[in-house]
Parts: sequence; C-alpha cells; structure tokens
Amino acid sequence: MSAGVELANVCADFGNFRAVDRVNVTIKAGEFFSFLGPSGCGKTTILRMVSGFIDPSEGEIKIGDQPMQGIRPNKRPTALIFQNLALFPLMPVWENISFGLEVRGVDKKTRRDKAEELLRLVDLPGAADKAISQLSGGQKQRVAIARALAVEPKVMLLDEPLSALDLKLRQHMRAELRAIQKRTNVTFIYITHDQGEALAMSDRVGVMSQGKLQQVAVPQEIYNHPANGFVASFVGENNIFTGQIESMNGSTALFRTNSGTFRASLGPGVTTATSAKLYVRPEQTRLVEAPPPGANSIPVEVTDVAFEGNFINIQARNGDGRTLVVETRNDGSTAVPPPGSRLTVVFDAEHAVILADETAASPGRAA
Amino acid sequence: MSELLRRYGAPLTATFAALTAFWLLALVVLPYLYLFENSFRPYLPVVDVGGPKDVYSLDNYLTFFESPIHIKVFFWTIIYSSIVTVLCFAIAYPLAYYLSKVAKSAVVPTLFLLLLIPLWVSEILRSFAWFIILALKGPLNYGLLGLGIIDQPVRWLSGFRSIIIGLVYTYVLFMLFPLYNAIQSLDTNQIEAAEDLGSPWWRTHWRVILPHSKPGIASGAVTVFMLSAGSILVPTLLASTTSRWFTEIIQQWMFESQDWNTGSAYAFLLMLLCTVFVTVMMRVFRVSLADIAK
Repeated sequence: MSAGVELANVCADFGNFRAVDRVNVTIKAGEFFSFLGPSGCGKTTILRMVSGFIDPSEGEIKIGDQPMQGIRPNKRPTALIFQNLALFPLMPVWENISFGLEVRGVDKKTRRDKAEELLRLVDLPGAADKAISQLSGGQKQRVAIARALAVEPKVMLLDEPLSALDLKLRQHMRAELRAIQKRTNVTFIYITHDQGEALAMSDRVGVMSQGKLQQVAVPQEIYNHPANGFVASFVGENNIFTGQIESMNGSTALFRTNSGTFRASLGPGVTTATSAKLYVRPEQTRLVEAPPPGANSIPVEVTDVAFEGNFINIQARNGDGRTLVVETRNDGSTAVPPPGSRLTVVFDAEHAVILADETAASPGRAA
Repeated sequence: MSELLRRYGAPLTATFAALTAFWLLALVVLPYLYLFENSFRPYLPVVDVGGPKDVYSLDNYLTFFESPIHIKVFFWTIIYSSIVTVLCFAIAYPLAYYLSKVAKSAVVPTLFLLLLIPLWVSEILRSFAWFIILALKGPLNYGLLGLGIIDQPVRWLSGFRSIIIGLVYTYVLFMLFPLYNAIQSLDTNQIEAAEDLGSPWWRTHWRVILPHSKPGIASGAVTVFMLSAGSILVPTLLASTTSRWFTEIIQQWMFESQDWNTGSAYAFLLMLLCTVFVTVMMRVFRVSLADIAK
C-alpha cells in the first residue's frame, strides 16, 4: 500500500528568499526516490512541504492523487524520519514504535504485538523494553524506521537519516534501508547530500541546486549523462575545461580551451550561444606515452600518484600549470608512473561532454 | 576555589570568602538558630528569663496541636496554596509553551520584558492595587457589570478569593520561568515527530511535552507553593474577616502577643509541615530532588 507523490510547479518562499523554485516531479508509488544536493539547496524544504510542516507558496502537492493543500501533518499518509531521528527519550522502545498506533486508539496488546513485529522487521528483536538511551546509533536508526513504518505510511520521508552514523554502519544501513523499502514496498523519498548514498540506493535521483531541480533520472543516467554542469560537477569527479565551442557537427563539436582544442559530445540543449564547459571524468582518461593521431591529448607531467588499491589516482600538470586527474583501474599488473614522468593524457570524444553551466528552467515533466 | 585564588589572588579571595561567610552565618544561620532555640523555651516575664522556670520543652509546639482553630487555618493555608499552585501552572504552561515554541524568537525578549515589568513594583504596592481593583465598587466589578457578565457586584474581598487572585498574580512568574526553561530544552523535532505520526495537539502535550517539562513543573510548583504558604503581605492586605492565613497567626504570636517563643515554634512547624507535604507530593508525582536541581 503505497502512493505516488506529485509536485506540480512547487515553490517555497521565506521572505524574499526562494528556497524551492518551480519544482515539477512525479514520484511513482513504491519508488525509492532521492533528492540529492548540497546543503541549502532546498531539498529539506521539499520534504517538509510533502510532510505538511510547510505550505508551498505556489504550486500543488498531491499524494496518491489527493491534493494536500491545507492538510496538517497528522492527517497526511506520510511518515517522516528526522535527521536527528527525534525519538521520544522518555518512552521505552516499544512505546516509541507504537506511538502512532496509540494515537489511533489501538489497544495496548495489539500495539505491543505490532511493535515486536516491527522490531523483528528492522532486525532488532528483544529491544522492546529498552530505554532509548541504551541504544547505539544504528539501533536508534532502526527504531526510528520501525516507528515510522508502524503507522503504515503510504510515503516514507527520510531526511539524511544516515548522516550521523560512522562510515561502516552507514554503508550497512544503506543496504538495510533499501531492503526494508523493497519488503514493504512503501514509496521512499530520501534526502541526502551524499551522492554515493543517492546513487547506490535510489531507483531515481533528483539533483537539486539553489532551489531548482537540475535533473531527474536513474542513477546511471545521472552519472553517465549529466544534464548540466552542476550535475556533472556535483555527482562524481570531473576534469573541467572552460572555453568556447568552435564548430558543431551533429552531436559532436570542437571545443577550444587553453589546454588545446578537443572533440567532444554535445550535452542536452547546448548551442554555440550557451555558456558551457567541457567535462571529462578521471576514469575516462588514460595516460599514454605516445597519443594516437587525431585523439584528444594533453601533454602532462605526473605530480602525484595515490595508489588506492582497486584503482590508482594520478594527478598531473600540463604546460599551463593546471592539474588533471586521471584514474586507472588496478588489474594487478597496471604500471604506476612515477612522479615526474612526462606522459600524455588522452580521452575519447564520446566520453567528453560539453554542458551548459546550469539549465535556466527546471527540467519539468521528468517522470 | 583554586580557580578564584589564581584569578584574584589571596587577599581578594579571602575578602570574598569572608563576606559570603558573614552573610551566610551572621545574617542567615544565626537568626534561625536563635529562633530555633527560643522555640523550645517558655514565654516568661523578663525577670524569670534564665531562672528555674526557663527550661526546654515542647510546650510551644504542642500549643499548635491543642488549638483546633490553628490546625484548621493551617489546613486552609495548605489547600489554598495548592490551589494557587495549580492555577499558576494552568496560566504559566500555555504561556511558557507559547514563548518557547510558538513566538518568533525576535519578539520573545519584548514579551519577557512585559512580563517582568510588574515584578519591579513592590509586592505591597501590587497588593494594594489589587485591593482597589477588587473593591466592591472597584474597576473589576464596574467592568464586569458594564459588560453584562454579572448583574450584582461580586464581593471579591470576602473568603479566600482575593488571596488566591493576589497570590497567583504575585507568584505566577516563579512557575513561568522554570517551565519556560524546561519546554525550551525540548527538541522541536519531537513535537513535529509526534504530529507527523498523527498525534492531535493535546496528545502531543500529554505524551511528549508535559513529561519532558516535569522537572520544570516540579520546581515551579514547589517554589510557588512554598512562597504562597509563607506569604504574609498578600494575605494581610487582601484577606477578609473570614480568611486567615497561617503566617498571620505567626505574626500575631510575635507582634500582638509579643510571644516570640510560640511564634518561632509555629514558624518552624509551618516549614516542617510544608516540607513534609511537598515531599509527599513529589512522591505521588514521582519526581526526585535531582530532577528539580536540573
């Protein structure tokens, strides 16, 4: 039992400040959807509008085709997991979990049974009578999830719930959250500034910047085909070149920069008139001794090599003094160039993309 | 102490310590000890003081238990002080909640100032002001009659009404401040979490905000109760012929009968019995002293 969420032209203003600017997105029932963006991009405001703590200044929010305007949070079919979890410290675990049922007038026995059942679901059996203060960070997390699930929400809203956990636990809880979502089939709307989290967990990701939705797509699409410069630089690493489009030829173009002129693919909506940059991911570049003729190439000197185990991260400087990052997979016999080696960075035109700095209007209708 | 020494040096530190010690010992402890000692001695003509009749006994304390009228006044004092405490809570809780969670933080200092200004006026003046407001032909009756809420002027200054009004007015802030502190320390996310889980506002208060504020309620309640039971100005100025406050009896012993011995015994009895009452109440509401100290 889950419901989709539709945001139509949603805006949120705080005084003169527009925190959320004309956001259009349709989140499908049962989907794991993430809003990804830096802090202050408006993603938490979206969550608070969906849960009902803030009314949109403009636009409309529908949950399962029901307009939500004027409906208080306690009447919405949503459950919010707060960044700091906001468990009730004076109630034992099971009362925390069954609080939503207590509110609905469910008798004590049923409440207790339901709490035990949910504790098993979140893999925390036997914790019913513990005090919140006795739990570890990860256990509190699970109790918060159980408490939200107890009210059988159609939409679950999660506000960076993993940010307080250490790396190991965070990775574990990612998988756990994903599994719980698949098991319960509730629509999850997840807020995060952590691109790894968003990419690893979500069915689809909406990347936000300055109140605007920049791109909505499946994780691979976000990473491999970013819609604009913001998405490209926020998600994953990039070597970024400023310059001008010299000539266009179908889906490719020649892009002139201080480091040379390169053949590259054109990003969505890019014309000679748009202010654009060239983006090349470190793992799409190679270091070679002699570049093949006609390839995009930049002669460099290796300055720093970081051997990370599964891959090798190489920093190199070109004639202009700008630093390029090259990333190579370690297949067990990959040569590690020593710092000071003079080599050439090469990359394919299909993996170098020219992107507009930021799309002016919200992409809209991205479903 | 070593911190003080390091910061101010030996002479200044010694002066501070000596001044504090003087205040505590000479101005607080000694007078109490004097009264305490006196409360066990009989009230005698000056020539007999120190004579064979001047022996320690519990007679002064027993006087209280042998005077049904004094016992009755004591109970009325306890009961009406409790009523004052409950009324103060009823007024202060919504106000504290509003100030700590609803009001915009920019206006809170102004609101606090408005609440505090009356406190700058002396308690006597404030009680007199109420005496005038509550008079039979005073502004309150005039207003209520004008609005058609009552058709006969109310005798506010009869029975315990005026004392209750006066004490609530005088001590409500002593309930407000601990409550404000307690509610303010509650994470607003918890209130929102409760609402998000479907809780109506009253249940959020009952299950989340009130339990969290318990230490604040307890410390406010103890303060208001003790101050009310020990108040002398308000009951004296606003009392009627039918309302007696226990402190008035102590005052009578001391200043009308000139019997400081029995007066002291009554004063210590009031303190003792109120402490017992407060302790019992704390047990009933499951509050510990440590909670209050927080």
